[in-house]
Amino acid sequence: MLTQALLRALDKKAVWVIGIFLAVAILVPMANLLIPPGQFGHVPTYMVSLFGKYLSYAMLALALDLVWGYCGILSLGHGAFFALGGYAMGMYLMRQIGSRGVYGNPVLPDFMVFLNWKELPWYWLGFDNFWFAMAMVVVVPGLLAFVFGFFAFRSRVTGVYLSIMTQAMTFALLLAFFRNDMGFGGNNGLTDFKDILGAPVQAQTTRVALFAATAVALALSVLVCSMIVNSKLGKVMIAVRDAESRTRFIGYRVEYVKLFAFTVSAIMAGIAGALYVPQVGIINPGEFEPGNSIEVVIWAAVGGRGTLVGPIIGAIAVNLGKSWFTTAFPEFWLFALGALFIFVTLFLPKGIVGLWQQIFERRRKTPAPPSPSQSADVERGKDPASFSNPQPRPAE
Amino acid sequence: MSKAQDTMLYLDGVSVAFDGFKAINNLSIIVRPTEMLAIIGPNGAGKTTMMDIITGKTRPDTGDVMFDGRTDLTRLDEAAIANLGIGRKFQKPTVFESHTVWDNLEMALRKPRGIFAALFYTPSDDDIAQITGILETVRLLHRKDELAANLSHGQKQWLEIGMLLAQDPKLLLVDEPVAGMTDSETGETAKLLREIAQTRSVVVVEHDMSFVRELGSRVICLAEGAVLAEGSLDQVSANPVVIERYLGR
Repeated sequence: MLTQALLRALDKKAVWVIGIFLAVAILVPMANLLIPPGQFGHVPTYMVSLFGKYLSYAMLALALDLVWGYCGILSLGHGAFFALGGYAMGMYLMRQIGSRGVYGNPVLPDFMVFLNWKELPWYWLGFDNFWFAMAMVVVVPGLLAFVFGFFAFRSRVTGVYLSIMTQAMTFALLLAFFRNDMGFGGNNGLTDFKDILGAPVQAQTTRVALFAATAVALALSVLVCSMIVNSKLGKVMIAVRDAESRTRFIGYRVEYVKLFAFTVSAIMAGIAGALYVPQVGIINPGEFEPGNSIEVVIWAAVGGRGTLVGPIIGAIAVNLGKSWFTTAFPEFWLFALGALFIFVTLFLPKGIVGLWQQIFERRRKTPAPPSPSQSADVERGKDPASFSNPQPRPAE
Repeated sequence: MSKAQDTMLYLDGVSVAFDGFKAINNLSIIVRPTEMLAIIGPNGAGKTTMMDIITGKTRPDTGDVMFDGRTDLTRLDEAAIANLGIGRKFQKPTVFESHTVWDNLEMALRKPRGIFAALFYTPSDDDIAQITGILETVRLLHRKDELAANLSHGQKQWLEIGMLLAQDPKLLLVDEPVAGMTDSETGETAKLLREIAQTRSVVVVEHDMSFVRELGSRVICLAEGAVLAEGSLDQVSANPVVIERYLGR
């Protein structure tokens, strides 16, 4: 049963994407560790960490695509799940500092000593265990998404109302995490990390290993998403996106379909956040910023939603652009981002991947002389909807 | 509830009002197993609202709605009612346009509707044979791998009827099945529905009188949310009140 589902997941596109990221997980660390600096092919460590960050963004965009591109739920609060996963990882990293903090307290993180706290709050207990922290990376975003989704989808909140609610959710969390009383370091968040699993966070090998872990996690996420969207459940998700009430009338519980997609997606976002934090060395309430979640939507739109690959490409491309732009013209980045979003919405509704498919399909079609058996295909070529189906159809 | 015995669908004293406007007013209808019933009536007579009530989209203010003589439909939601065995075809053909014809039927096929059942579903040989059989019945086998969006209007209507068949319901509610069909397609549809009604109950809402005649079933004329006349088509269309209110002189 599971093997069949796995086999179905591995269509040609997914195999390529998974293969590429697994290769990246092996080759980039090799290029960093085995090729000496200055020689051709060496990848500097800062670059490895930078791309590790992009890959965790790509995973977040992929998670959003599962709910937005396939299930029609435009979540403007996915950054919250990412940040919660990040905080769970950050809490583990804080507990690993031990007595090496500024105040030398063996149990309490520095900010708690500073605030005159006498003992660890109950919700920090257990985070000194790696396995417990990793469980929380999955459980906290997953549970929040499940509870939020349960009430929202059961009450049939859809469309823009749901988007506003998700935006409000991330904003509420932003305000909550800013408060010192919450016990998550307030404004400054969690930082100054030392070790992860006994290895120093700043060490070259650790950073390379974190990069490889992120690439593997991304490959696994593509596998999971591909398994979901290629199953009958994936078809039902698209049915929910396109004609929600019709799906109800053939007997599917739309609220459960949405709840499943939303929860899986939030867990994926949480894992991405957990991989992000040790690579950038800090997590603070800024990650809950509503603007961050909207940026994720732009990545997915630019790459091409409902394609799985698109949002990954979009996240990496937009962030590369951002890195370049914010050094060249720092004041204009937000204008450029806004312009990009408008451009994509108006001219590339299917994003970069859609454009590529369109070019590919046109090139394949032009050389073939129209024969009677293909006349139907030619006719269909005028219909933009046909570009969404890249498989060749059997002659009629 | 003994009155509901031996009925497939039993509506008794059903009323529903929207902002004070009585869309359905003390409506009582009985459909027996393997019976076909045609419902006619002017626009705004409450035909679609009646279907909404039966399929759980709208809750009636008062009255009983019983399915198969024992299940109270007013307590259930759309998905539960669909899974009990009530299939609905909408007035405007609604198929899943970004799926292929085959996938439309595969989704509708009567199978466990749970999340994990759907996630790990692999079609069995029997499922494939069933879908192929339905495709032959609705004459779409040659277009099975095409997107439903590329079908003609009439073909979409037929695909939707095929989806109904795949659901294997005990009761079919069919809203204007021949709108936009050619005369020969209309004739074929009437034949198909008559065939279906040999093993299931079918309720057809239709404006096309010649089509209703071809169905040859019992007819109910609705007006202002209540039954105006009932009987064979000849009886109903000879009724002076029906002529006055619906058919026109």
